[in-house]
Amino acid sequence: MTRFAQVALAVAWRSLHNILTTPAYLLPSLIFPLFFFTAFAGGLSGLGQVPGFDFPSGYTAFQFVFVLLQAAAFGGVFTGFGIAADFERGFASRLLLAAPNRLAILAGYALVGLARTTMVGALLFAVALVTGMRVGGSGVDVVALIALAYLVALAAGLFAAGVAMRTRTIQAGPAMQMPVFLVLFLAPVYVPLDLLSGWLHAVASANPFTPLIETGRDFISGSPAPAGTAYLIAAALVAGFGWWAVRGLRRAEAAG
Amino acid sequence: MSGQVLELARRSLLQTLRQPALVVPSIVFPLVLVAVTSGGLESATSLPGFPSDSYLDFIIAVPFIQGPLFAMINAGSSLARDVETGFLKRLAMTPMQRAALLIGQLAGVMAVALLSSLVYLAVGFAFGMHMEAGPLGVVALLALAMLIALAFASLGALVGLRSGSGEAVQGFFPLFFVLLFLSSMYLPRPLIEQDWFRTVATYNPVSYLIEGIRSLIVTGWDGEAILLGFGVAAAMAALGVFGAAAALRTRLVRT
Amino acid sequence: MTQLPNGIEVEGLVRGFKGGVRAVDGIDLVVEPGEIYGFLGPNGAGKSTTVLMLTTLLPPTSGTARVAGHDIVRAGAQVRREIGAALQEAALDPLLTGREHMRLQTALQGVPKAERRARGDALLERVGLIDAADRKVGGYSGGMKRRLDLALALVHHPRILFLDEPTTGLDPQSRSEMWQEVAHLAREDGVTVFLTTQYLEEADVLADRIAIIDHGLIVARGTPAELKAEIGRPSLEVKPAEREDRDAVAAVLSRFGTPVTAPPGAAAVRLRGGVDELPEIVRTLDGEALSVVDFRLHAPTLDDVFLAKTGRKLEGGEPAAEPEAVPA
Repeated sequence: MTRFAQVALAVAWRSLHNILTTPAYLLPSLIFPLFFFTAFAGGLSGLGQVPGFDFPSGYTAFQFVFVLLQAAAFGGVFTGFGIAADFERGFASRLLLAAPNRLAILAGYALVGLARTTMVGALLFAVALVTGMRVGGSGVDVVALIALAYLVALAAGLFAAGVAMRTRTIQAGPAMQMPVFLVLFLAPVYVPLDLLSGWLHAVASANPFTPLIETGRDFISGSPAPAGTAYLIAAALVAGFGWWAVRGLRRAEAAG
Repeated sequence: MSGQVLELARRSLLQTLRQPALVVPSIVFPLVLVAVTSGGLESATSLPGFPSDSYLDFIIAVPFIQGPLFAMINAGSSLARDVETGFLKRLAMTPMQRAALLIGQLAGVMAVALLSSLVYLAVGFAFGMHMEAGPLGVVALLALAMLIALAFASLGALVGLRSGSGEAVQGFFPLFFVLLFLSSMYLPRPLIEQDWFRTVATYNPVSYLIEGIRSLIVTGWDGEAILLGFGVAAAMAALGVFGAAAALRTRLVRT
Repeated sequence: MTQLPNGIEVEGLVRGFKGGVRAVDGIDLVVEPGEIYGFLGPNGAGKSTTVLMLTTLLPPTSGTARVAGHDIVRAGAQVRREIGAALQEAALDPLLTGREHMRLQTALQGVPKAERRARGDALLERVGLIDAADRKVGGYSGGMKRRLDLALALVHHPRILFLDEPTTGLDPQSRSEMWQEVAHLAREDGVTVFLTTQYLEEADVLADRIAIIDHGLIVARGTPAELKAEIGRPSLEVKPAEREDRDAVAAVLSRFGTPVTAPPGAAAVRLRGGVDELPEIVRTLDGEALSVVDFRLHAPTLDDVFLAKTGRKLEGGEPAAEPEAVPA
C-alpha cells in the first residue's frame, strides 16, 4: 500500500472509531435525517395533491431524495466539526507533524465523510422502503443517485474542512452549518421548482443545489432526463471546495 | 411583595438581555424559517380545502410557538443556575416570598416573549400578512401568545428547579422541537394524508395552540379554535405554574 | 436553656440522611454574644450541615437550638431576621454586577428605598469592592466574590454572622484581609461570629473559643490555649546530617519522651520533661557522635489536639504512627 493510502486510512479509521464509540456523535447524525424524513414525507404528503405536482413515484420518494442529500451534506458538515475539534484538541498538530503528505490527511477525513453518508443513506433507504416508497428507477438509476449523494457529501465536507482548517476552533460550527443550511433550504424542498413562486423561485433557480435535487428525483422515479448538468455541477463544486480545502490545509500548516 | 416581584423581575430581564446569544436567535430563527417555508409552500394554498390564499398568513402562527420555546429554556436555565450557584439559598435567607421569585422570573422572560411577538407581527404585516380578525384580533392574539409563553416558561421553570441542572433544561429543547413538527404546523389537520401522522397531530396539544393563533389571522373569530387554543394553553400554564411552585417549595427548604 | 439575645444555644442536634448516615450526631454548644466561635474539623465532619441547620435552611432530625433567642424550627423567620450567612458556595449571580446584587439584597431585606443605594455603597466600600461595583460578578476573582458574599450578608445589620469556610481556596493576602474584617466585626461592631473551618491556623488566630468536630460529634471544646495546654508538652523534631543516623537519633530521643510522627528523614518526640531537658538531649546526641542539621521545638498545636482526640491528623487525615496517650 502506498504511503498516501496508509495515512489516509489511519486518519479515517481513528475518526470513524471515535464516532462509532461516542453515542453523542453518532446518534444525532442518524436520528435527525430520520426525523426530517418522517416529518416531511409523513406530514406533508398531502402536498402530492397540489395541482401541477406531477411526480410519478409519490411524495415519499420525492422527499426521500431531499432528505438523503440533506443528510449527505450535513454528514460533511459534521466531518468539518470533527476536524475543528481535532485542531482545538491539538491532535491535528500531531498529525501534521507525523505525516509529511498532508493531502493524505485530508483524504482520510474525506473518507470519513463518505462512510457517514453510507451509514445514514443505507438507514434512510431501508426506512423509506419499509414505509412504502415506490422506486420507479432501475438499478442503474439508484446507483447514479447514490453517486450524486456521495458527491454532495464530498462537496459539503470539503467546504466545511476548509472553514475548519482556517478557524481551527469548534466555535466556528455555525459558520459551517449556516451556509449549508441556507443552500439546502433555498431550493425546491417541499414542491418541485415550477411550483415555487416569487423571490424563492428566483433564488432557487440560481442555486446550484437545485439541479442536483431535481436530477436525483428524476433518478428515483426513472424519468429520462439529462443528468450531465447535475454531475457537472457536482464535480465543479467538489473541485472548487477541494481547492478551498487544500488552501485551508496550507494555512493550517503555516500556522503550526 | 410587589416590591420584591419588581426587583426579581428586573433581575430576570437583565439576565436575559445580557445573554444576547439567547435573545437574538429566538427572534430571528423563527422568522428565517417562515421566510424559507412560506416561499417553498405557497403552492399548498391551491390544495382543495386549504383555509387561506396566502401561505404566509398560514405559517406566521408558528413563530408564536417557537419564541416561547426559547423562553422555556431561558427560564429553566436561570433557575437551574440559581440552584447550582447556591443563589437560591441566599434568597431563602431573606424575607422573600417564594411566589415572588417565581412570578419575577417568569415576568422577565415573558417580557422578552412579548417583544418577540411584536416583532413577528411587525414583520408579518410588513410582508403583507392580513389579519382576518381585525385590530381586536391582534389584541386577542397577543393575549393568547402571552398565555402560551407563560405555559412554556413555567414548564421550563419546573424542569430547571427539579433538576437543578442547566444541561437537563437544554435537553428538553429537541424534545419540544420534535413535538412542534408532529403537529398541524405545515398543513391543516384534515389535509394531512398519512393517518398515523394525522392521529399524532390530533393528540398533540401544540396543534391546538397553533390553530388558536392561526384562526385569528386566517379565519377571523372561530369560537372553537380560539377556545381550544386558550384552553390548552391555560391547562399547560396551570400544570407549569403549580409544578414549578411545588418544585420551588422542595428546593427552598426553610423552617 | 437561657435565652441569649445575641447568642447561640444548641442541645442534642442531630441530622440524619437517607441510608442511615448521620452527618450530625448529637452536638451541644453555647456561643456567647460577641465572641468568635470556631468550628474546626476535616471535610465531611458535619460542619456545613450544622451551619445549614442553624441558619434554618435545613430542619434538624432531632434536638433543639436557639439562635438569637429564637427556636430554629418554630421561629425560623425571626431567626433569619437576626442572622447573616456567607455559605460555602459564594452564592452569586454571574450575570449581575456587584451593585445590582446589593440593590436586590437591600430590597429583599426590607431596607427603606431611600437608603438602599447608600447602604449598599457603604458596604461595598467597606469590603473594598466599590471600584468593581459595576462589573459583572462573573468576572470577579475568588477573593472578590467572597468579599461580596460577606458584604451581602451584612446588609441588614445582623447580630449573628455565620461563615462557612470563608477562606477556603483564597490566596494568603485575601485570607488575612478576611481575617481582619471578621475580627473587626466582632471586636468593633459586637457581632457574634460562628465560623467553620478546616484550617488550624484560622481557628487558632481568629477564634475566641473552638469546638473540634469529627464524624458528626464534638470531640473537644475550649479556647485554643486551653486545648493546647491539655496536651501539655512541646515536641522536639531533630533531623540528622546523615540519613542513616535517623534510627539512632530516634532511639536517643525516645529516652526523653514518647515518639510522634515526624517528617521524612527526621525523628520527633513529645518531651516528658519540657524544655529543661534540651541541654541533656544535645549532650547525649553529641556523645553518640550524631551530628544534626535541624533541631526545632514545636509548641503544641491544634493539630496535636486533634490527633490526641481522634488519632488522625487534621490536615492530611492520615492515622498517626502511634496514637498519643494524653498525659494525666
